[in-house]
Amino acid sequence: MARVWIFGPDINTDQIVPGRYAPYMLKNEDDLRKYPFVEHRPDFAGGVRPGDLIVAGNNFGCGSSREYAPLALRMVGVGAIIAPLFARIFFRNALNLGIPCFTADLTSDLRDGQEVELDLEQGRIHTDDGRTLQLPPPPAFLREVWAAGGIVPFYRQYGRFPGEAVS
Amino acid sequence: MAQTLSEQILSRAAGRPVTAGEVVTVDVDLVMMHDSLSPSIIRVLHEELGAERVWDPSRVAVVIDHVAPAASVQTAEKQAEVRRWARAQGIVNLFDVGRGISHPVLVEEGLARPGMVIVGSDSHSTAYGCVTAFGTGMGTTDIALAAATGRTWFRVPETVLVRAVGRFRPGVSAKDLALKAARILRADGATYAAVEWHGVEFLSVMERMTLATLSIEVGAKAGLVPPAGLLQAVPEWLHVAPDARYSRVLTIDLAQLEPQVSAPHTVDNVTDLGDLGRVAIDVVYLGTCTNGHYEDMAAAARILRGRRLAPGVRMLVVPASAQALQLAAEDGTLATLLAAGATIGTPGCGACIGRHMGVLAPGEVCLFTGNRNFRGRMGSPEANIYLASPEVAAATALTGYITHPQEVVEVRHVEA
Repeated sequence: MARVWIFGPDINTDQIVPGRYAPYMLKNEDDLRKYPFVEHRPDFAGGVRPGDLIVAGNNFGCGSSREYAPLALRMVGVGAIIAPLFARIFFRNALNLGIPCFTADLTSDLRDGQEVELDLEQGRIHTDDGRTLQLPPPPAFLREVWAAGGIVPFYRQYGRFPGEAVS
Repeated sequence: MAQTLSEQILSRAAGRPVTAGEVVTVDVDLVMMHDSLSPSIIRVLHEELGAERVWDPSRVAVVIDHVAPAASVQTAEKQAEVRRWARAQGIVNLFDVGRGISHPVLVEEGLARPGMVIVGSDSHSTAYGCVTAFGTGMGTTDIALAAATGRTWFRVPETVLVRAVGRFRPGVSAKDLALKAARILRADGATYAAVEWHGVEFLSVMERMTLATLSIEVGAKAGLVPPAGLLQAVPEWLHVAPDARYSRVLTIDLAQLEPQVSAPHTVDNVTDLGDLGRVAIDVVYLGTCTNGHYEDMAAAARILRGRRLAPGVRMLVVPASAQALQLAAEDGTLATLLAAGATIGTPGCGACIGRHMGVLAPGEVCLFTGNRNFRGRMGSPEANIYLASPEVAAATALTGYITHPQEVVEVRHVEA
């Protein structure tokens, strides 16, 4: 089972990883795993388990281009992020790193700490109280990057960018 | 069909006519990377993508601005690594400590030009819209891929049009227009879209950069000011088409615009200064790619001339570029700021990212001319950051609380 971590709207990249905790500023870059939500939600980095879901409000990831924000979330094993709208740079960064992002508002359907199961294949969440929530499928050009495991494996495999017509 | 500025630029870069909503692969004209993300970009380029060289060293610019000068042994080491790498790659456009923030520097150097597609490892790369370039921010992996291939992909954005009419009243400037737009659009109002700023052809290039940089704060992919009035050569195909389609149109009457203040902790939490009440501040910080330009220092100096900061107030001025600092030194602006009691930092990003040169303590209140007031942005998460124009910054430095520029100007007339 995965656990749900609920966040509010307009979560910015400074809240995900403050600039002061960038790999650039760290003696040991692996320490980044200790800092997701270090100030915004100090119980997160220590409590999160691989596969857990972030379920957030509108405009998740607004602000900086820092890829180390989603990277820190990947390092602790976040299984997917679900929000009604993602800021575009964060969304690209998460896609590039292979972190599944679903565009949906589930902040009132799920509660913080709730145990759920994510069926990535079907795009469904099964809750511990017996409900099934359907997630909207991402557009095809995003699914193909996802399937490859991120933009680097995608580009190395196909030698082209997502959405580009195959010649 | 009539195209928006973004559609025109992306059509040229894609080699075919493109329309909002399409996913396209385009050639990029310039790739910018800064010290904060370059080490990771270099690693992805070589180790993950397996590229030995960047696609075109003359079209990659490296700028050391985020922690400049280095504040610790590890940032110094990483900067040394970036310098060695740039030399080995034959990248001549390396702009080192003190040259300034990437965005004004690339415009000053003539590297960012009208009609270009420019991708930068910094979210405020929307800045290049000040010269009608399609500038956008990307993370480590996208920038590494663009540097390796000279290409990237985009969903061609819809465009939100912000149309200014009239002229600013005294004490009101480009920052107020941008904050007013953020107040209306909110932080997500232009997500995945571009913003075009019309009716501002009377603004200088760096004043246009104030608008372009703040475009990301409403979520925009790019923020373009039309080319009218630019001294740079403008491609003949690049111009505002009267019947281009916009997803939303805002009209803002500059003659009615009051100084705007963005209160903690989101950029779109904007009010008229007059409705703010009395907010005492500890620090006034004038700087950044949004409002650390020569024009901004000169606007502050006009208000501070012959006067001193209020007791207990600190004022840090961090010029956006060496060229801005040079201009300020030559015409007496710098002397005026120093005589008023302000101090000057090395041109660069300064404390905007909370890493050095003026980090805030818990409980401190900062009046900042920058672009983000997120909790913890400039240091302690217990500090409060208010965003406003350089004119408001100067007036505030004189009184110690957030002050309308006309308030201190009128007092001066009475004294005279």
